[in-house]
Amino acid sequence: MNIVVCIKQVPDAKDVRLDPETNTLSREGVKSVINPYDRHALEEGVRLKEEYGGSLTVLSMGPPQAAAILSEAISCGADEAYLVSDRAFAGADTLATTYTLAQAVAKVANPDLVLCGKQATDGDTAQVGPGLAVRLDMPFVTCVKKVHTVSDGVLTLERMMDDGYDVLEVDLPALLTVVKEINTPRFPSLRGLKRAKDYQVASLTAADIEADESQLGLGGSPTQVVKVFPPEKKGERTMIEGSVTEQVDKLAEIIFEAALGS
Amino acid sequence: MLQIDKDACIGCGLCEENCPFDAISVEDGKAQVNDNCTLCGTCVDVCEVEALSIPREEGAGIDLSQWAGIWVYAEYRQGKLAQVSQELLGIGRDLADKRGVPLSAVLLCADSGDVPQELIAAGADQVYVVEDDALSHFNDESYGAALEDLARKHRPEVILAGATAIGRSFIPRVATSLNTGLTADCTQLAMGDDGHLHQTRPAFGGNIMATIMCPNHRPQMATVRPMVFPASAPDQSRSGEVITESVSAKRLKSRTRVVETVISAGEEVNLAEAEVVVAGGRGLETDQGFDLIKELADTMGAAVGASRAAVDSGWVGYPHQVGQTGKTVASKLYVACGISGAIQHVIGMKSSETIVAINRDKNAPIFDVADYGVVGDVFDLLPPLLEKLKERSGK
Amino acid sequence: MIVDLAKQITDEMIIPNRARYDETEDYPLEIVETLAKSDFFALFVPEEYGGLGGGCLETALALEQFGRGCVGIATAYAASALGAYPIIVGGSKELKEHYLPLIATGEKRAAFALTEANAGSDASGIQTTAVEDGDHWVLNGTKQWITNGGQAHIYTVIAMTDPHKGPRGATMFVVESDDPGFSAGPKEKKLGIRTSATTELIFKDCRIPKSRMIGRRGAGFITVMKTLDKSRPGIASLGVGLSQGALDEATVYAKQRVQFGKPIISFQAVQHMLADMAIQTEASRALVYVAAKHIDAHPKDMSKASAMCKVMATDTAMKVATDAVQVMGGYGYMREYPVEKMMRDAKILQIYEGTNQIQRNVIGQELNKEYN
Repeated sequence: MNIVVCIKQVPDAKDVRLDPETNTLSREGVKSVINPYDRHALEEGVRLKEEYGGSLTVLSMGPPQAAAILSEAISCGADEAYLVSDRAFAGADTLATTYTLAQAVAKVANPDLVLCGKQATDGDTAQVGPGLAVRLDMPFVTCVKKVHTVSDGVLTLERMMDDGYDVLEVDLPALLTVVKEINTPRFPSLRGLKRAKDYQVASLTAADIEADESQLGLGGSPTQVVKVFPPEKKGERTMIEGSVTEQVDKLAEIIFEAALGS
Repeated sequence: MLQIDKDACIGCGLCEENCPFDAISVEDGKAQVNDNCTLCGTCVDVCEVEALSIPREEGAGIDLSQWAGIWVYAEYRQGKLAQVSQELLGIGRDLADKRGVPLSAVLLCADSGDVPQELIAAGADQVYVVEDDALSHFNDESYGAALEDLARKHRPEVILAGATAIGRSFIPRVATSLNTGLTADCTQLAMGDDGHLHQTRPAFGGNIMATIMCPNHRPQMATVRPMVFPASAPDQSRSGEVITESVSAKRLKSRTRVVETVISAGEEVNLAEAEVVVAGGRGLETDQGFDLIKELADTMGAAVGASRAAVDSGWVGYPHQVGQTGKTVASKLYVACGISGAIQHVIGMKSSETIVAINRDKNAPIFDVADYGVVGDVFDLLPPLLEKLKERSGK
Repeated sequence: MIVDLAKQITDEMIIPNRARYDETEDYPLEIVETLAKSDFFALFVPEEYGGLGGGCLETALALEQFGRGCVGIATAYAASALGAYPIIVGGSKELKEHYLPLIATGEKRAAFALTEANAGSDASGIQTTAVEDGDHWVLNGTKQWITNGGQAHIYTVIAMTDPHKGPRGATMFVVESDDPGFSAGPKEKKLGIRTSATTELIFKDCRIPKSRMIGRRGAGFITVMKTLDKSRPGIASLGVGLSQGALDEATVYAKQRVQFGKPIISFQAVQHMLADMAIQTEASRALVYVAAKHIDAHPKDMSKASAMCKVMATDTAMKVATDAVQVMGGYGYMREYPVEKMMRDAKILQIYEGTNQIQRNVIGQELNKEYN
């Protein structure tokens, strides 16, 4: 089974702090990491490759420094890694991103299975997976929490829903987006780290993926960000002082009013 | 590509300081951009001398006048209309009235029953119904193809759907197929005088709000967070038109098949739609400690939420996790007990209407987002509070 | 590379779970399996047998990190290395080819079986016997306090083949967990390193093929000595790691804990304790690295360096852990904080793989030889 995993570099949520003065993000000293959901996609790819054989290719679209996460993917068991990077891709919304990724996937692999994280923690749109599937003309399942089996070109899996889960069958080739319940990502291995050290991540430009320039980057993006502003600040908070009994009385009142009383 | 007006640039370095991607630096007194640039526009906004710009080609675009009407995808699963659909019809009504166009609901199912009437009562002028056995269970391909075909045929200017598991799954498919833009998880929607839908969503984990438009493509598509807009009060006297549509069997064919639908009761509560959430964190110390939260929630008829620390400690299951890697809630009341308020948690609950925080550390960041704060030990406060609430609610 | 990965696994997996394993005393199987997936069992195995060919230094660097997290979990890992060393230093090509690749993948865990009721520091008191019977050896006897007992699949065992020859009559063998006549006793209750499995091994007419003999007949003691010379820097690094962990905990605490209106780190009495802990930790680390490099470079002359670093680093660990508890006062004594466990764990480092008294004997004897 040939597997492609798409990963994205995002700022590490652990480091993101809110500047209380300006109510904006302070990115100082923020590390860049593999999008947490993509880690689970990568792990599922490695796991399925171990179980069913085949190859595992990892792709990331991003600036040159995103090569770091591809290297990490190699150390965790990916066979090949490609960085899809070009100034022409800058400013891409999800539609332009899915176009770019689809061109790249078609260029480097003929996958039976494409895996993505459910969403990226910086944008949180959850649109790239489904969009990419449409571009690749593949069926897709989002929020997969368990892959049961792969046999005769049919994958059996569980998809998380708001009120429970569905058990589905999907014909390969297919695309899945995964949630974190699906597995526990492994650590890199010493051999993997050694391989990653020597491995040259190949770069793919707009020309390499034979892209139609009008569909790339800002120009290929139907959506435009017209305004960015800090969210409304909370009103002043009230601290409840006094003895424990007084505090409890006041708390009960607030809770009753806000919830039970209405 | 980012344009730098070298004559205007004064080399002040504001752009360099503010660039989130280390893509811009000042060399020889002038700003220089490198390959890391993602055209996010931060530098353009901060530049005080307007030396930076991102030129945009005006899209070849389509004839926008061909597209009219506001559509709401009515989410119907297991014989139930999702509450978010009623909320969408409420805001959809406002948008349609502002534009002077009809508001339509789209219902995809095997058997519509009296749902179309329900949708009309909630504000729809028209209901497009596709009834087909292939639509008895949600699946992305059939639902996507059906909505796509209807949209191509009737050309609405706006399609709204709930940002639910279903909406977030198949709506991106429809948008890509229609080659148009989609804004996920909107929390504000407004119809501009320019006729474009102004879609506002939280970005970067809710720390920044971004208003997004789709000026040259139609339909303008958005998924909208549940519990953000008020549901319209049903008006049974409203009348509307039910339009039955059919979609070819070939288009409804799906390469995915639902084998089984498992609805989880109890444990996997629908946190995202809960009106009251009682959440616990590390401060509960043990799983017995966390039982206090469960009991409190039970008494109040609330959903149980948890910080990542509590989930990782195994006191409560992952479905209860609130925050960046868990669920986002927008409840009327959120009671945070023994939760320090790490940003990843705050992201998931700060849009709640009233936030009450109990923590023994007076400097805990949770108090920054709280409306009411109590500095104290959860084990001193919660047991008597529980008694008090039981008394008051007459249990 | 080794340090970064070992550090990551320690921080993300060992530290968050150590208190639980200490409490339940369960064997840390999940962590051991993670280490196997990440190739740490290949680290100490030669490249030609499916390993990464790391020396004492590489193994020590990894163990230092694991030891910083939990000496009990680290011991569960290190025991496989100890169990494999006799095969590495004394085994035939056939034995190496058969067993080492299995150990390198972590598919099979190993254990080293020397100690008996009447033989520990004095290895000549061994009473377990091996008698030739056609194509087989038949082992009888009981080993005591064997780390990884019941958890390992491959045991390297020393037994007397020619009791009349004294120490020269001992030979090492490989025993597999499913060999007939072999069994492991229940897990012992210990002061520290509670997660690590320590049991008796019982050999009751245990029959193994002749090919399982390690080296030649009568070479058992030499193999044991070579094995311990190689393994002691590992124990020393566990000591360095433990010291570092205790110092980290104590320092962070001293900065936060306020008494008399000031963080206690601002008091000289506390500062000096922390300073001494830091000096001793760093000095031990330096000696361990130097000794490990020496051993990797001079495989024939390693006893003194090996013994010196073991004594220094493990005595330091005991002292630093005790002082960390002192700095943290009542909190340090509580199980809620990790230094209490570190103090319990530190003690074994001065005892196992040759007590620190025996190490001083080794050093003394070497000095005696050197100044002839």
